[in-house]
Amino acid sequence: MKKTEAPLDKRFKIAHREALIGVILVIINFIWWYGFGYGLGSEKVENYHYIWGLPAWFFYSCIVGTILMVILVSLTVKFLFKDVPFETEEGENQ
Amino acid sequence: MNWGVITPLIIFLAIIFAIGIWSNKLVLKSQSFLEGYFLGERSMGGFILAMTMVATYGSASSFIGGPGVAYTRGLGWVLLAMTQLATGYFTLMVLGKKFAIVSRQYKAVTLIDFLKERYQSKAVVLLSAASIIIFLFSSMTAQWIGGARLVESLTGLPYSTALYIFAFSVLVFVIVGGFRAVALTDTVMGVVMFLGTLILLIATIKAGGGVSKIISDLAAENPNLISPFGADGSLSPTYVSSYWILVGVGVVGLPQIAVRAMSYKNSKAMHSAIVIGTIVVGVIMLGMHLIGVFARPVLPGIEVGDTVMPLLSMKVLPPFWAGIVLAAPMAAIMSTVNALLILVSSALVKDIYLNYFKPSASDNHIKKVSFGATAVIGVIVIIFSLSPPDLIVWLNLFAFGGLESVFIWPVIMGLYWSGGNKYGAITSMIIGMGSYIWLDRFYPNAFGFHTVVLPIIFSFIFFVVVSLATRSRTATESIRFGK
Repeated sequence: MKKTEAPLDKRFKIAHREALIGVILVIINFIWWYGFGYGLGSEKVENYHYIWGLPAWFFYSCIVGTILMVILVSLTVKFLFKDVPFETEEGENQ
Repeated sequence: MNWGVITPLIIFLAIIFAIGIWSNKLVLKSQSFLEGYFLGERSMGGFILAMTMVATYGSASSFIGGPGVAYTRGLGWVLLAMTQLATGYFTLMVLGKKFAIVSRQYKAVTLIDFLKERYQSKAVVLLSAASIIIFLFSSMTAQWIGGARLVESLTGLPYSTALYIFAFSVLVFVIVGGFRAVALTDTVMGVVMFLGTLILLIATIKAGGGVSKIISDLAAENPNLISPFGADGSLSPTYVSSYWILVGVGVVGLPQIAVRAMSYKNSKAMHSAIVIGTIVVGVIMLGMHLIGVFARPVLPGIEVGDTVMPLLSMKVLPPFWAGIVLAAPMAAIMSTVNALLILVSSALVKDIYLNYFKPSASDNHIKKVSFGATAVIGVIVIIFSLSPPDLIVWLNLFAFGGLESVFIWPVIMGLYWSGGNKYGAITSMIIGMGSYIWLDRFYPNAFGFHTVVLPIIFSFIFFVVVSLATRSRTATESIRFGK
C-alpha cells in the first residue's frame, strides 16, 4: 500500500485542479448567459436590436455564449488538462 | 398509417437491434458478466462516452416536452434550456479523474458500489437503492409515455397499442444487450439526434420564411414571445437561473450520468468526450428548443405541447426525412429508458440482492436474475404508463430534482472532502429527499427558485454539520480514504 502513496497524491492533485477549472468555467458561462440574456433582454421589446434576425439578447446570450463555451472548453482541455493513468498497480491481479 | 415516415423509423430500429444482439455476444464471451452487463467493462472511448452521456441525458423532455413548452412560452424557454450547456463539460470535469481513479480502486461497477465503499454503511446503500428505484421509476414512466405518444402520433394507433410496441422494442433490446449494447447504440442514437436537430431546424426556418420573418411574426402575435420572460411574463430571472442547478451543475448527482463517468477507458477518452459532449449538447439543446419556438408561426394553434415536434416534422419535411428526424426523439427516449432500466435493475440485483441476499451467487445465476429483474421492472413501468399525465417535462423534472438532492453531496463530498462520513451522508440523503418531496408539495417555488434549490442547500448543510459533529466516531474511515 505504501509504495503507491506518492503517485496517487500527484494524480489527485491534478484531478482536484481540473475539477476547480470546471467550476470556474460554469461561473463564466453563467455570468455571460445572465449578463446578455437579462442585460439586453430587459429592455422594452420595441427597442430590441436584431442580429441575423434574432433579438440581440438571444443572439449574444445563447448563440455566441454556446460558441464561446465550446472554444473555452476545447482550449482548457487541450492546454490545462493532463493525462494520468487510472489503474493502480496493486489493483491488477489478473 | 404514414408508411413514408414509418419505413425509415423501422430501419432505424432494426439497426439498433442488430447492434444489441452483436454486443450481447461480446458480453457472453467476457470474463465477468457483472462488469460486462452493467458497465461495459470500462472500455468506452471518447466519442462513445460523449455520445452515451448526451443520449442518456437528452431525453423525451429535450425532444418532445421541451420544444412543446418553448412553443407556448417563446424564446425565454430557449434561454432556460441553455442552462443545460454546462452538463456537457461540468459533469466530466468535476467527477472527472478523481472519480475514475477512486472507482477503480474500489472496483466499483455502479454509483452505489462507490458510495458503499466510501462510506462503509449498509444504510447508505439501502437509501441509495431505494431512491434510485423510486425516482427513476417516475422518470422512466415519463419517458415511456413520451415514446408511446410519438408512436401514437406517427402511426395513428391508439395510445395503449403504441405503448406496447414501444415497450416491447426497448425491453427486448435492453434485456439481451446490457450496458455495452446501450453505450454502443447510444452512439448511433446521439449521431441521429444531432443530425435530426440540424435538418429540422433548417427546414423549419425555411418553412417560416427566414429567421427575421419568424421573429417578426412572433412579435406581432405577442411581443413577450421574443423577450426572455416568457409569453405571459412569468419566467423570472431567479426562477430561470435556478435551472442552472437543476439541469446544469446538479446533473453531477444523477446516477445514470455518474455511472458513465466511471466507465471510460483512459484520460484521453475523457478529454475528447468533454469537447464533443459540449458541442453536441449545445447544438441539440439550442436547436431543439429554437425549433419549438419557430414552429409557432409555421404551425399555429397546437393545443398539446407534446405533439408539436412530430406534427412539425411531418409538415415541413418530405416523408422520408421526417422519418429520419423523428428517429431522433425515438433515439433519445430509447437510450434514456435503456440507461434507466439498466440502472434500476443494477440497483436491485447488484446492490441489494448480491450484497445482502446471495453474495456467493454464480455467474450463471446472476445472469438469470439480471435478465429477470430487468424484464419485471419493464412490465411494471408499462402498467404505470397506461394512465399518463399531459406534459411529460414536469414529471421528468420531478425525478431529476429528487435524485440530485439525494446524491449530489454524498458523491461530491465523498470524492473531495475526506472529512465526510456515513452519518453526514445518511442525513444529507434523507434531508435531501424529504425536503424535496415536502417543498414540491407545499412550496414549489419558495423565494422564486425552482424546488430543487433549497433541498440541495439543506442537504449540503446537513452533510457538513453532521459529518463534523460525528468526526471522532469515524476517524479511521477517513484515514482509510485519504491513504
